[in-house]
Amino acid sequence: MAAGPAPLGGHPRAQRPHLSKMERVVVSMQDPDQGVKMRSQRLLVTVIPHAVTGNDVVEWLIQKYCIAEDEALHLGTLLVQHGYLYPLRDPRRLLLRPDETPYRFQTPYFWMSTLWPAAELDYAIYLAKKNIRKQGALVDHEKVGYHHPSPATPAESSQRNPSPTSGAHSPGSRLIQMHKHTHPIEGVSEGRWGVHPPELGVGKSFPLETLNHPQAHYDQLHRKINHTWDLVVMQAREQLRAAKQRRKGDRLVIACQEQTYWLVNRPPPGVPSVLEQGPERGSCTARQVQMTKTVDFYKREIECCRKALGRTRVKSSVCLEAYLKFSSQRGPHDPLLSGCLPSNPWVTDNDTYWAMNAPSVAVPTKLRVEQWAFSFRELLEDPVGRAHFMDFLQTEFSAENLSFWEACEELRHGGQAQVPALVDAVYQQFLAPGAARWVNIDSRTMERTLEGLGRPHRHVLDDAQLHIYMLMKKDSYPRFLKSDLYKDLLAEAVVPLEMKRRVFPFMWKPRHSSPSLALLPTSTSGEPEAAAGSPGDGDGET
Amino acid sequence: MCDQTFLVNVFGSCDNCFKQRALRTVFKKSQQLSYCSICAEIMAADGLHENETLASLKSEAESLKGKLEEERAKLHDVELHQVAERVEALGQFVMKTRRTLKGHGNKVLCMDWCKDKRRIVSSSQDGKVIVWDSFTTNKEHAVTMPCTWVMACAYAPSGCAIACGGLDNKCSVYPLTFDKNENMAAKKKSVAMHTNYLSACSFTNSDMQILTASGDGTCALWDVESGQLLQSFHGHGADVLCLDLAPSETGNTFVSGGCDKKAMVWDMRSGQCVQAFETHESDINSVRYYPSGDAFASGSDDATCRLYDLRADREVAIYSKESIIFGASSVDFSLSGRLLFAGYNDYTINVWDVLKGSRVSILFGHENRVSTLRVSPDGTAFCSGSWDHTLRVWA
Repeated sequence: MAAGPAPLGGHPRAQRPHLSKMERVVVSMQDPDQGVKMRSQRLLVTVIPHAVTGNDVVEWLIQKYCIAEDEALHLGTLLVQHGYLYPLRDPRRLLLRPDETPYRFQTPYFWMSTLWPAAELDYAIYLAKKNIRKQGALVDHEKVGYHHPSPATPAESSQRNPSPTSGAHSPGSRLIQMHKHTHPIEGVSEGRWGVHPPELGVGKSFPLETLNHPQAHYDQLHRKINHTWDLVVMQAREQLRAAKQRRKGDRLVIACQEQTYWLVNRPPPGVPSVLEQGPERGSCTARQVQMTKTVDFYKREIECCRKALGRTRVKSSVCLEAYLKFSSQRGPHDPLLSGCLPSNPWVTDNDTYWAMNAPSVAVPTKLRVEQWAFSFRELLEDPVGRAHFMDFLQTEFSAENLSFWEACEELRHGGQAQVPALVDAVYQQFLAPGAARWVNIDSRTMERTLEGLGRPHRHVLDDAQLHIYMLMKKDSYPRFLKSDLYKDLLAEAVVPLEMKRRVFPFMWKPRHSSPSLALLPTSTSGEPEAAAGSPGDGDGET
Repeated sequence: MCDQTFLVNVFGSCDNCFKQRALRTVFKKSQQLSYCSICAEIMAADGLHENETLASLKSEAESLKGKLEEERAKLHDVELHQVAERVEALGQFVMKTRRTLKGHGNKVLCMDWCKDKRRIVSSSQDGKVIVWDSFTTNKEHAVTMPCTWVMACAYAPSGCAIACGGLDNKCSVYPLTFDKNENMAAKKKSVAMHTNYLSACSFTNSDMQILTASGDGTCALWDVESGQLLQSFHGHGADVLCLDLAPSETGNTFVSGGCDKKAMVWDMRSGQCVQAFETHESDINSVRYYPSGDAFASGSDDATCRLYDLRADREVAIYSKESIIFGASSVDFSLSGRLLFAGYNDYTINVWDVLKGSRVSILFGHENRVSTLRVSPDGTAFCSGSWDHTLRVWA
C-alpha cells in the first residue's frame, strides 16, 4: 500500500480490557507463595494435582480484595463462566461452589484472549471425538451443533447458500450411517434414516426439539461441513488415538479443559454467552472518514488546546469545597439519602409523596419552599416557585423582566419554523421604543440586539436574556428571599407526617395508576397542567 | 492452500485528475470517491501550510496537551478525599429491587424517565420500544422499530412523545397516543440522520429540539418539526457513545464521551469544543453531570468511574476497586450528588460515595450485564436495565 496519512490511533482497539484483568487475577491466584492453596484431588482412581477447592478460591478473593463473601463468590463465578477455572466434577455446569468442590486453572492455550474466535472446524472435531468416544452421548444442543453447527460469524453464514442435501451417498449422511453401524441407538431402525437433517429419524430417538433453536442453521451449514466431514472424522480419530497414549490423569484434565473451552464458546441454549459484546465500535467507516480529516482533526485539537491553555482555572480547594457545601445543603432533600416524607412511594406503594409534590400543587411542602432559596435556577425551574416569584415582581413593578425571560426561553427551545414570528412578537412587546412591557437593558446590549433582529435566529436574544437574567438574580431574587411573601410561604408550607410501611399484607391497597402526561391538556407554554390527583383513572393495559 | 494477501487494484479514471490510474477509495466529507494514489496523497496533505507536515501537526498537538496538563496541575492543591475527611461517613445502605419490569424479549439497552417520575421508556435489541408506568408495572405503549439494537431512547419533557434510534442510523420521534385506532408507527417522524449507529439521544428543554450522538464520531442538534440540522459537533476521533445536557443557568453546554477515551464539553450555540478531558484508559460508556452543573462523572470500560471538575478543568476523583474488573456501562448521581450509582458489565451495581471516593454498597440482582441506569427525576428511586431482558427499579 502506498504511503498515506497514519491512521488515528495506529493500534487495533482492545475491546475487552476485562479479559487481561481477569487473567492477571488468575495468574496471581496460581502464585506458589501468595496464591490459592493447591492440593491433589482424587477423582475415582486417578489423582489430579494442582487442584483448588471452591471454598479456598472464595476465601482467597475475600482476603486479597477485602470484599465480602457475596462479592467474592460473584467474582469467582465470573472467572469460572469465562473459562479461567473449571470444575473437575460435573464439568457441564460452569458454577463456583463455595465448598470442597475441586477446580483447576485453565491452561493459557484455551484462554479467551488467546484462542478466539473459536473455529468451526475445531468444534466439529471436538463433537466428533465426543460422539465416537462416548457412543453417541451428545447432549441435545450438541447434537444440533454436530449436525448443524452454528455460524461463528454472520459473515460466514451469509456466504453459504442453502441447498438441499444430496442423496444417501453424500459424505454427511455417510457419517450418519456410520453412526448407525457403530453406535446402536435406542429404538432406531434402519429404515428411519432419511437424508435431510430434519428427517434423520433422529427426531424420534433423539428428541431434537432444539432443532428450532435459533442457533441451528441447517441447510446452509450442513453443506459446508459435508465436504470436510471426512477430515473432521479423521482428525477426531487421530486425536483420540494420540490421547490414548497419555496417562489417564492427563487425559482427564485435557478433556475437562477442552470441555470448558467449548462450554464458554458454544454455550448451551438458555445460558447467556459471555462472548457477546454488542455492536462493533470503531468500525471502518469512522476510521476511513477520519483518515481524510486528519489535518482538520489535528488543527482542531491544537485550537482546542490553545483555547484551553488560555482559560482561567479555579483552585481545586475552592471547587471541592463547593461540592461539600452543595451535598450538605441538598442532603435532606435527597430521598435516597435521607428518605422522604410521608414515605418513598417505591417502598410503601403509596404515592402520597407525589401528590403532595405535584408540579402545580396549592400548598408546597417545606423542603420545596426551602429549595427555592438554594439558587435562582431552582426557583425558576419549579412552576410554583416561579409563579410566586412573578407575584412578587408584580408588587415591584418589574414583572416584565420575567415575562421577557420566559419568551426568550421559548424562542431558544422552540421550533425552527416559529423563530421569525416569535422574534417579532418579543420585539413588539418588550424591546420596541414605547413597547407595552418595555424591559430595561443597557444601551450596548440593546444596540447589539436590535442590530441582530435584522436577521432573526434562535440565539439573537441571548445577550439580552442573559442581561435580564442576571438583573433578576442579583437584584430581585435576594429581595424576594427576604420578603414577607416568601416568609409567609415558608410558614404555611406543609411538613408531612411520616407514614410507616404497612406490615400486614392483607391490608394492601392496589397501586393507583395516574393519568399519563400524554393525555392531559397542555397550556400554551407547553407545560401540562397537573391533574386533580384522582386515583384509579385510566388503568393501563398489561 | 497458500496464505497470501492480494491487493485488488481497480483501474479507472480518477475522480480528481481524470487520468487512467490504479484507484483507491477515499472519503471526502463522508462522500465516497475514487482517487489515484497521487491525488490521494495531495488530498491528505491538503490544508497544510508551508513547513507543516502531518507529523509536525501531530507533535504540536501532543506538546500542547502536555503543557495543558502542566497548567492544570499547578492549581491542584488538594485531593477530594482529603477535603472530604470532615464529612460524616454514610451509614449502611439498604436498597432493594422494588419493581421488576418484564416484557422485553431481548436485551434491554436503554431507558429514560418521564418528568412525571413514574413512567419510563425502554428499548431493546429486538427493536421493541416500550413505555411503562413503572409504579404499576403496566405497559402503556409499545412500538417495534424497523431496526435491531435500539441503543438510544429518550422521553420528551412534555411526556407526549418519545425518541429512539440505533442501528438504523436515525433518530425517530413517536408522539404518544392512547387512541386505539391510531398506529403509533404511522405518526413517526425521522429527525436525525447519521452515517453510523445512533448511540445516545436527548431532548433539550423542550420537545422541539433533540441532541444526538453517533458512532460516526459526531454529535448533532436537530429541529424535531422539520428535521433540520441546527448544529453539528466534530472533534471526537472515534464513536461517540454518550451525552448529557448541563443543568446550568444558561443551558448552553453538554458533555459527550466516546471510544477515543475523551470526554468533551461543547458549546451548543457555536458547535465548538470548550473543554476536553482524556484520562480514561478505555471507551467512555456514560457521562452524567453532577447536579450543580460544575462537574460530571464518566463510566468507562477500564472499570473506573471518574469525576471531572469543569472550573478546575481536571479530573478530581477516581472511583475504582481492584475487585471491580468489568467496565462501567452507565452512571448517574443521586439528587444531592452525594451518591454515584454505576451499573457494570459484571451484572452488578456499585454505589459510590462521591466525596469520600469509597464504595458504599454493591447491589446484586441482574443476571446479565447492566446496560443502562437512570435516577428518577425526583430522586426517589433509580432504574436499571440489563441484558437479562428486565428492568429493575431500586429504592
